[in-house]
Amino acid sequence: MTANGWLQFLLYFAVLVLLMRPLGIYMARVFEGQRTFLDPVLKPVERLLYRLFGVNSDEQMNWREYTMAMLLFSFVSLVLTYVIERAQHFLPWNPQGFPGVTPALAWNTAASFTTNTNWQSYVPEVTMSYLTQMAGLAYHNFLSAAVGIAVAIALVRGVARQQANTIGNFWVDSTRSILYVLLPISVILALVLVSQGVVQNLKPYTQAQTLEHATQIIAQGPVASQEAIKMLGTNGGGFFNTNSAHPFENPTPFSNFLEIMAIFIIPAALTVTLGRMTKSPGHGWAVFACMTLLFAVALVTVYWAESQPHPLLHGVDQRTTALQAGGNQEGKDVRFGIAGSALFATVTTDASCGAVNSMHDSFTPLGGMVVLSNIMLGEIVFGGVGSGLYGMLIYVVLSVFIAGLMVGRTPEYLGKKIEAYDVKMAMLYVLIFPLVILVLTAASVLTSAGLNGISNPGPHGLTQILYAFTSAAGNNGSAFAGINGNTNWYNIGLGFTMLAGRFLMMVPMLGLAGNLALKKSVPPSPGTFPVNSSLFTILLTGVILIVGALTFFPALSLGPILEHLLLHHAVLF
Amino acid sequence: MVSTLKIAIRFTVITTILLGLIYPLAMTGLAHVLWRDKANGQLITKDGHVVGSAIIGQNFAGDGYFHGRPSAAGNGYDAANSSGSNLALSNKKLVDRINGDVATWQKSNPGQPVPVDLVTMSGSGLDPDITPAAALYQVHRVAAARHMSDDAVRQLVMTHIQGRQFGILGEPRVNVLQLNLALDEGAAK
Repeated sequence: MTANGWLQFLLYFAVLVLLMRPLGIYMARVFEGQRTFLDPVLKPVERLLYRLFGVNSDEQMNWREYTMAMLLFSFVSLVLTYVIERAQHFLPWNPQGFPGVTPALAWNTAASFTTNTNWQSYVPEVTMSYLTQMAGLAYHNFLSAAVGIAVAIALVRGVARQQANTIGNFWVDSTRSILYVLLPISVILALVLVSQGVVQNLKPYTQAQTLEHATQIIAQGPVASQEAIKMLGTNGGGFFNTNSAHPFENPTPFSNFLEIMAIFIIPAALTVTLGRMTKSPGHGWAVFACMTLLFAVALVTVYWAESQPHPLLHGVDQRTTALQAGGNQEGKDVRFGIAGSALFATVTTDASCGAVNSMHDSFTPLGGMVVLSNIMLGEIVFGGVGSGLYGMLIYVVLSVFIAGLMVGRTPEYLGKKIEAYDVKMAMLYVLIFPLVILVLTAASVLTSAGLNGISNPGPHGLTQILYAFTSAAGNNGSAFAGINGNTNWYNIGLGFTMLAGRFLMMVPMLGLAGNLALKKSVPPSPGTFPVNSSLFTILLTGVILIVGALTFFPALSLGPILEHLLLHHAVLF
Repeated sequence: MVSTLKIAIRFTVITTILLGLIYPLAMTGLAHVLWRDKANGQLITKDGHVVGSAIIGQNFAGDGYFHGRPSAAGNGYDAANSSGSNLALSNKKLVDRINGDVATWQKSNPGQPVPVDLVTMSGSGLDPDITPAAALYQVHRVAAARHMSDDAVRQLVMTHIQGRQFGILGEPRVNVLQLNLALDEGAAK
């Protein structure tokens, strides 16, 4: 660990805090339909789009209509992506002449990108045409993010509105997310990334003759345009197999910095939007403080773990000096070093991004355990765009419920009484997640189809499977990538998990939003538990850790913890 | 529900045209106006043919060239098939591979511990860089093969060390292809 490493972390956090407030306030204006500085350019486009969609933008939806619109759109766009993949050999921009994608893989990939997961069972540069990547996959990077933001905003409206039947208009919320937030930032970010060396072209792969007269084929593509929204929308699906480790996706330390910033910026800003729209900015900050606490602990642990030398190597210089970063370099690129890799890994798993700039499978057992645990907490430490905020609000509801139990009165959240229906919806959300992960992991270790996917034997093999299902259910998409996921068992099982992790959790969420909107607000009394205090932050953090730890600790102790202990007793597999 | 489905279909088609076609094509156009070379992958041309990309690693085996890190991409530095090793630290294959590589490296540097990046595979399998420690470790071998003085080669390495970006981001590094090109240029003079 170096002073420079800590300095990079501090710089990252400072810039994040600086940018999140203006963006959060801006997003509140966007979703409350107020004027923004982009109106002169975008308002006419927005109106034109509504006319083309056939949408009446003044119409408000109740939660059932909102849910139905969200589900139907997700279904239609999933089908379109499936068709594009299957038919890519008939379509343009396929300079390498790749054949159509096989059915199981096409289905897994369409489900993966529709759900904002971006789990990838394939090697993109030998499988997907440029058109598939642009119109099939990068397209969903925009839309799945927009849907996530829309649902989060609907929930915030549920809290903010009083005795209302409606929670907004799905088409309007999605359209405004894209036009006013995602697209403008992506355009700027894509161009800055090109300036750093991220490629952006439609050329066939380049054939080079190396200095030692060997032939090297260099994959190309429209990468920067996809890279920008891949990070900004916390999608994480790489244009290339090695994702943001690939020099054409992430060429310099500055591009690395920008990509990590892009992951957190919208989820962080949404805490400001929450405070703004519910007229309790202190609550937004309290939620932000809880996220920051959990993030900082994870980051320090990963940085420490990855700086440790491998205990069983001889004749290798693993020290940290001015001339080398040292530590665990397997699966890491020199330009990022330990600090740049640890920061990326923590952020990408805290948020449901899943892009990687280093290979998590080759992390130290404890470093790997922390990134896995980040996902297990439910993708709420900043979390995915939108999904992070609504996931966190579930824990907020549980926290005020527990606080209410302690003093024996009906809990309130920002003036709304939290009653049986609300707690049931919240519990449904909290239970579905581990249920899917643990049941399918158990099924995989009991079947040969599941066990055949393991590439690293011993306790690490269990961690590979556990990571795969956790990543899919959390809609993260990163992997212990040695696992062979391109089999029917994993393609179909993980496809199901991704859909469950997205939609089985969004629906109770919207039900909760609809129910909260119906209630009238009661003024705070001396017995009300304030949700803008540091006491609240501590309680919230405690609830998250206890739920996460109790659920997954047994599985973790059989995987990474056992692996760590054995490795330090010189046991290899 | 049918009317909602119709909206969903129109919404999907129109946003696909906007975000799946117009956006990436416009970005391609703009990128070529602003940073043509970078948008095309910073290809290096020598004697009329492309020898590689300045930011993609390639295989070097000869004693007269600096070597990059071991690569898991295809058969090594396959830039159309990027990959890390994805071996766990507890995997015997990893420890055996590293021990084997250490033995090879120490033939040219007896008794000197090998800088860790020279015996570990990068995440991308295409890492264009090695650490300054790893470059300095190879100076003697390269100088001997090229009948140059160690000092002259060390000088060249020192001028090719890229510091942290803006003095703070990332790690110091040496681009292997560019260093080797400079060696060849020096030899041609």
